[in-house]
Amino acid sequence: MENLVEIKDVNFTYDVRPVLKGINMTVPRGRIVAIMGLSGCGKTTLLRMIGGVLRPATGTVTVAGCVMNRLGEEERYRMRRKMGMLYQFGALFTDMSVFDNVAFQIREHTELPEAMIQDLVLMKLNAVGLRGAQHLMPSELSGGMARRVALARAIALDPMLIMYDEPFTGLDPISMGVISNLVRRLGEALGATSIVVTHDVQESLKIVDYVYFMADGVVVAQGTPDEIRSSRAPFVHQFVWGEMDGPMPFHYPGAPYAADLALEAAHGH
Amino acid sequence: MVTERLGKGLRIVGRRVINGIWRLGYASRFFLITLARSATSFRRFRGLTFREIYFAGVLSLIIIIVSGLFVGMVLGLQGYETLQKYGSSEAVGTLVALSLTRELGPVVSALLFASRAGSAMTAEIGLMKATEQISAMEMMAVDPIARVIGPRFWGGVISMPLLAAMFSAVGVFGGYLITVVVIGVDEGAFWSQMQNSVDFRQDIVNGVIKSVVFGVAVTAIALFEGYDAPPTAEGVSGATTRTVVTSALVILGLDFVLTAFMFKGI
Repeated sequence: MENLVEIKDVNFTYDVRPVLKGINMTVPRGRIVAIMGLSGCGKTTLLRMIGGVLRPATGTVTVAGCVMNRLGEEERYRMRRKMGMLYQFGALFTDMSVFDNVAFQIREHTELPEAMIQDLVLMKLNAVGLRGAQHLMPSELSGGMARRVALARAIALDPMLIMYDEPFTGLDPISMGVISNLVRRLGEALGATSIVVTHDVQESLKIVDYVYFMADGVVVAQGTPDEIRSSRAPFVHQFVWGEMDGPMPFHYPGAPYAADLALEAAHGH
Repeated sequence: MVTERLGKGLRIVGRRVINGIWRLGYASRFFLITLARSATSFRRFRGLTFREIYFAGVLSLIIIIVSGLFVGMVLGLQGYETLQKYGSSEAVGTLVALSLTRELGPVVSALLFASRAGSAMTAEIGLMKATEQISAMEMMAVDPIARVIGPRFWGGVISMPLLAAMFSAVGVFGGYLITVVVIGVDEGAFWSQMQNSVDFRQDIVNGVIKSVVFGVAVTAIALFEGYDAPPTAEGVSGATTRTVVTSALVILGLDFVLTAFMFKGI
């Protein structure tokens, strides 16, 4: 199967802190791929690189045959029009209504008449079940509704690639189920490729085709959801089953406990 | 021990100087990019520019009018008190008008503009950044400099001279109320002395030039601080404070430089 996204030997540092160290990944066209890992392991950075917002120090990020980190600004913007992104908390424009948020990209990038924009927006809102909320402002929406509006906005221009940055964070179980269902259904309906960055294992394993596990800026494991569930790799096991201790220690590195409590000094006396 | 402390102190100072210079360079680059993309802002987002003129200008009118009125009344009172000792209380109109058009109009309205509209711009853009709205716009292939920064910049630059003119006009009216209506200075003398001594080119135009310069400075500082704010509650509050403090210092510094060039011929 043809790969829509190919990431080869990507390294990236923030100031002097290495965030990504020799990452290799492929995302086949039409599939849903999850990138999992602890907070701060470089998942979102990777999404921003796929979108061409950040450039890797070395390596290449290729989307639909175009090396994103070698494109000029105009080409990068042109590529982004074929991508949609759902942010962790929606990132809706707070000064616009639900309708205007979804219409934003259509108005910016097309010359369509307002009547047609109206139809398109209502279709997108209907797909996420919020056609009736078109006149509400973002401040009037619940977390789950905001995420659904953001999803409608992300698919406004029928993108070839949809990226989800922590789509399940902070949602109640019903909203979480709705969003995960939509991720699957919309991906199939649009024939789009999806990348889901998440640390919600159980919810995402239900809907994705392939999983990459990241830790400390490297890919530590990968496989299909079944392979991941049955994996005996210590990190994957700890992550999937939410164990308190393991390769990722419970305690933040520091001086020995006894030394911090000055117990050794007391023994000496 | 002393050498070690001295070295540490010097390193801290050095780091601060380097950071300051780096930030100045970054701010200049931001300002130039904003200017370069202004054509797009004007062409595509004219409606947004008018909206920003409303937010920055029209919504600042109340504070400008009230402050202008009180400043004018205080000038009238103080001026009358001093001038009557020399028997020239009719010249109070001249004093009020010159003080307002040359100095107080542009400077005080710029300070008020920085604290009302400038801080609002910084907080708004800082929060847009913290809630990933700027990032989302970028990912949607919409240039945030052209769409968010450009219209606000021009909204601020256009509003500022209009607000300064309003401040001066209301201030003159305040001076008139106190000196003519309340104290009883001759009305004809008040207006005619003012008309004879206020020069359009020297006083009015120079005042307008000052207010345009202050408008550019305050708006650019406010937008840069918002765009550069760390995306946290503390980051946005720090940026808002920096906008007001830096703007105030820059306004007063620029005022001295401009006054030196305009009225002393240096």
